[in-house]
Amino acid sequence: MSSALEAPRNPRSFGQVQSGWGAGQRALRWLRANLFSSIGSSIITLLLILLLAKALISFVQWGLWDAVWTVPGNNTSACRAVRGLGACWAVIPEKYRFILFGTYPFDQQWRPAAATLVFIALFYVSSRRGFWRRELVYIWVAALVLIGVLMWGGVLGMPFVSQDRWGGLPVTLILATFGLAFGFPLGIVVALGRRSKLPAIRSLCVLYVELIRGVPLISLLFMASVMFPLFMPDGVNIDKLLRAQIAIVLYAGAYLAEVIRGGLQAVPRGQHEAADALGLSYWRKHRLIILPQAIRHVIPPLVNTFIAFFKDTSLVLIIGIFDLLTTAKTAIIDPAWQSFSVEVYVFVGIIYFAFCFAMSRYSRHLEAQGRPKA
Amino acid sequence: MTTATPKLPPRKRLRISLRSEAFTGLLWQILVVGIAIAVVAWLWSNAVHNLSVRRISTGFAFLGREAGMPITDTWLSYSPRDTYLRAFMVGIVNTLRVAVIGIMLATVLGTMIGIARLSANWLLSRLAAVYVEVLRDVPLLLQLLFWYVLMQGLPGARAAWRPIEGVYLSNRGLMLPSIPIGEGQLWVLGTAAVGLLVFYLLRRYLIARQMQDGKPRYVWPYGLVLVIAAPALVSWALGVFWTVTLPELRGFNFVGGLTLAPEYFALLIALVTYTSAFIAEIVRSGIQAVPKGQWDAALALGLRRSFVLKHIVLPQALRVIVPPMTSQYLNLTKNSSLAVAIGYQDIVSIANTTLNQTGQAIEAIALIMAVFLTISLGISLFMNWYNARIALVER
Repeated sequence: MSSALEAPRNPRSFGQVQSGWGAGQRALRWLRANLFSSIGSSIITLLLILLLAKALISFVQWGLWDAVWTVPGNNTSACRAVRGLGACWAVIPEKYRFILFGTYPFDQQWRPAAATLVFIALFYVSSRRGFWRRELVYIWVAALVLIGVLMWGGVLGMPFVSQDRWGGLPVTLILATFGLAFGFPLGIVVALGRRSKLPAIRSLCVLYVELIRGVPLISLLFMASVMFPLFMPDGVNIDKLLRAQIAIVLYAGAYLAEVIRGGLQAVPRGQHEAADALGLSYWRKHRLIILPQAIRHVIPPLVNTFIAFFKDTSLVLIIGIFDLLTTAKTAIIDPAWQSFSVEVYVFVGIIYFAFCFAMSRYSRHLEAQGRPKA
Repeated sequence: MTTATPKLPPRKRLRISLRSEAFTGLLWQILVVGIAIAVVAWLWSNAVHNLSVRRISTGFAFLGREAGMPITDTWLSYSPRDTYLRAFMVGIVNTLRVAVIGIMLATVLGTMIGIARLSANWLLSRLAAVYVEVLRDVPLLLQLLFWYVLMQGLPGARAAWRPIEGVYLSNRGLMLPSIPIGEGQLWVLGTAAVGLLVFYLLRRYLIARQMQDGKPRYVWPYGLVLVIAAPALVSWALGVFWTVTLPELRGFNFVGGLTLAPEYFALLIALVTYTSAFIAEIVRSGIQAVPKGQWDAALALGLRRSFVLKHIVLPQALRVIVPPMTSQYLNLTKNSSLAVAIGYQDIVSIANTTLNQTGQAIEAIALIMAVFLTISLGISLFMNWYNARIALVER
């Protein structure tokens, strides 16, 4: 244990080594400091290199060397011939439109594609510090309306497409983003309620948060899909996607409330007292003084919570909503392609990874910058 | 709304004012609680109406009826002729079986990877970082489906992959050697457990004595006698045989040994690897939170490295590690409900089948929630107790 855990760390970067050394010497010195500093470390390095080489060779053999990239028509006999030895990447060009956009009308698929781009632009704008002000709310409203218009259509010469034909990546993005957009105000209200001096309101908020956080998201989704219709009056029939969306909003609200509560606790008492001294009302005090500071404190954990939602939306697979993971799973039901699920899962995994990795990098970047000044 | 107007500075008044904080507070509470009660009552009346229209019976009487659902992978004895209650018990045991073993394995793996991330060896720490990053950024459900597909793609029982003698991996699951536990074995294990408890109490007593008079005392010989020698003696006296049964291929399947079904094994791998990535980050930040000065000071006192780690650094790191670790344990337990996607029959899966068979959605979902709330509460209580134990004792 002691050899693996060196508390006073060895220099790692080239820059720390004295200048005036040759590049080769510097590299050698770096190698000695970081890979072969002791006998134990050298053994670990050699073992890892061996393992890595083995894994890399078998991966290259499976994923590149023995892989099948295209097949004629729907004839997968070439893929079946190398089954177990090589990957059948031919499934991706064959199925990617279905995986990405589900059963959305084929000739209209530029619309979900455009909606996805709007989402990405929205995320990018929200991540820029220059946009962190009130106008961002209007940008969000405008973007979400634009996405609604693109997906539903019915105006500007775009034929109407009902929600049960939506699928794939846009649905995943809609569930996660709308969950955040509606869960965030809910979370703020609940977080304030949980810190309220009024016992009845406080206990209602505690009950809500602890109940939601204590049960798995699946049980909430089951509730939305089978229990919700029982609770509605006759004739009210709410769409399945919307019901799942409501469950995700309620779920997101509870988790976001806890994150925001952490931020509220970090605001010094003096700020409350100063606002009270100015004679501001409860709501004005929180809107103008407390919340802006509290939310800035918790932006990195908020991004992490958002990553978690983004991944958790995949659970709607269990209640049969066509998000990205469900379309992937459905794509390989096709008998011709049945045994090539690993390739499809890798493809979808890369998409999820790209989104989450970008967000987690961003969150780390914010943390590294330190707490922004209020 | 009365609160929208600027509040007057608090003044002492005798009569109740419409603007006093106490009055507006009361008004708000009555309003919010009233709305909450009204919404619940409205939903409830709708539900009662809908249930009577659809002729769905209510109440938990269905628990006593015959379930008729097959459950293959179980530790309790169960047949489809048993009641729903029994089926639910099986489901709870299956959930706990995945959660408890998953928590233990994830803690060990996560701690190892967290320490590897801090290693001075560049390659090791980079590999650990890649592991954490990849596993954290892909949805657990996708990972679970991936592992399950890989399990199904394994060779059949006849061509099973055998890494070491007695361990087989095939599309029938993982087969391990096992030790049959009978009455004699239970006596021996019981002796060992009692010995461990006595040893623990004795050790506390001896350490307390040492604190008083400062004389060093050896603790380990007592441990040797109580935990190793005493059970061995009992085993010898009772004539207990410790045999190991290896799984054997008979026909198309294995007999003997311990079998982990592919569903269980895939779920366990997915939960353990996914959660270990989060635990690794917690362990890393916990160790990093201990100031370097603590190492320097302890080493300057001439203490050994292992001693410093165990007695100086880890106790301080644990204070940072335990609270977020609790929420990871809760997450793992809740995430075990994804089992329903690959057909491992945990509580959620069994409740879901019940729901489809009986139509009693409210009761089935209430049972799921009750089970998870109880488990969550249990883990929280245990971890709070542990946290209080290791918390900083300030004079």
